[in-house]
Amino acid sequence: MTDAGSAADALPADPAPVAPERDLFSKFDALIAEREALLSSGVRDPFGIVMERVLGPTTAVIRGRETILAGTYNYMGMTFDPDVIAAGKAALETFGSGTNGSRMLNGTFRDHVEAEEALKAFYGATSAMVFSTGYQANLGIISTIAGRGEYVILDADSHASIYDGCKMGDAEIVRFRHNSVADLDKRLGRLPTEPGKLVVLEGVYSMMGDLAPLREMVAVSRKHGAMVLVDEAHSMGFFGRHGRGVYEEQGLELGRDVDFVIGTFSKSVGTVGGFCISSHPKFEAMRLACRPYIFTASLPPSVVATAATSIRKLMDAQGKREQLWRNARHLHGSLKALGFRLGTEAADSAIVAVILDTQEQAVAMWQALLEAGLYVNVARPPATPAGLFLLRCSLCAEHTADQLERIVAMFADAGRSVGAIN
Amino acid sequence: MSDRQSILDAVTAQIEPFNKKGVAVTEATTFQGDLEWDSLTVMDFVAAIEDEFDIIITMNMQAEIETVGQLADAVAKLKG
Repeated sequence: MTDAGSAADALPADPAPVAPERDLFSKFDALIAEREALLSSGVRDPFGIVMERVLGPTTAVIRGRETILAGTYNYMGMTFDPDVIAAGKAALETFGSGTNGSRMLNGTFRDHVEAEEALKAFYGATSAMVFSTGYQANLGIISTIAGRGEYVILDADSHASIYDGCKMGDAEIVRFRHNSVADLDKRLGRLPTEPGKLVVLEGVYSMMGDLAPLREMVAVSRKHGAMVLVDEAHSMGFFGRHGRGVYEEQGLELGRDVDFVIGTFSKSVGTVGGFCISSHPKFEAMRLACRPYIFTASLPPSVVATAATSIRKLMDAQGKREQLWRNARHLHGSLKALGFRLGTEAADSAIVAVILDTQEQAVAMWQALLEAGLYVNVARPPATPAGLFLLRCSLCAEHTADQLERIVAMFADAGRSVGAIN
Repeated sequence: MSDRQSILDAVTAQIEPFNKKGVAVTEATTFQGDLEWDSLTVMDFVAAIEDEFDIIITMNMQAEIETVGQLADAVAKLKG
């Protein structure tokens, strides 16, 4: 146990610098310089926020100050649900703090199965596969389903986890213009007929909060013989009759129109984890082939227990759904009336993206909001489309009318202070 | 005029609307280093080339293409 201590003593006090051409960190110089320039202008680090205490689904203490949270993905406000907390506590006490293993070997406990059963009931599917994060669900499913000589066709504005899934796999990757049905049709039409194809879409695109025309895109995909995967991370619980997502809202069905749905526990469900839903008869084979499922530790028992309880409650959460939509319309309408440029014309989703001119303006306004007691997300390229700088708000069903009024007032003041509105 | 030359000419013509810096384009010109295109410009340009020749240049292929000459070779092969 003394190795670490003696090794530290043996390190030279003043190590020789690494020559820049051999220093693997040299490639990050531009990134480091950009960050230093931003911070030297006196603003706080937008990527260094610490929540010192969390008071509920919509408030936390940041630097000693009570702050309204309008930049989390806690859409349905399930993180402090008493039943969810009780299920997590019980699992923690009964099954311990962790699984010490892979889903494939010793890491599948009762509540991993229970979470998958809850998902099957929620989506009306024959298979559900729980991953340790949503990122890994996309990484694993996309890289495994499409193999060498086959094709993955993805929207240019896809989430990083979709791009990374493409990069990890052996398939040929083709992009189409964001939400362009005609471009998707054209690209599919140029591909050889025989090889298998997977078209990857998202119900809600998380940067701008816009929706995909899934009905038209699925029709085009089917015409060219492609399978379809839809990531519904930002829609679970409040789109479609059963809350299954944008695909359900647009009248599409699992199995008939959509082959795979990817989702996450870290948004509406209120914990962490990812999943893939399917009714494909051979889907269970994925458990034997999917490396991001096999070669990682499974979720802790308390996490899957909270997920299972939360998913069951989301099946019957009509009141929360309606409140979330009221809140989204309220904030979208108010910010639009103030003169802000927004990512969508109407309140299409629970994300309201405010478009700003520059990184400096976005960060200055973000800081003004934080100092006034409101947390929202800063988003910048390459995460954003078309090089945009955004302040992104996401609504929660638990935001109160009073909180929304305060959010709007803080936006009005901060927007005027940086010249984003008059 | 050879097929390779006519492809190169067509590729060069497609570069022009995106050539904001007015770089003199040769076969050795690189998209990232010389033309300094960002990923959005690359995507628009690739789409223009794909439409011009009615081909698909997958992202896997794009990762291997650095110069104008390499792009002309790739187009020639795809049209094959």
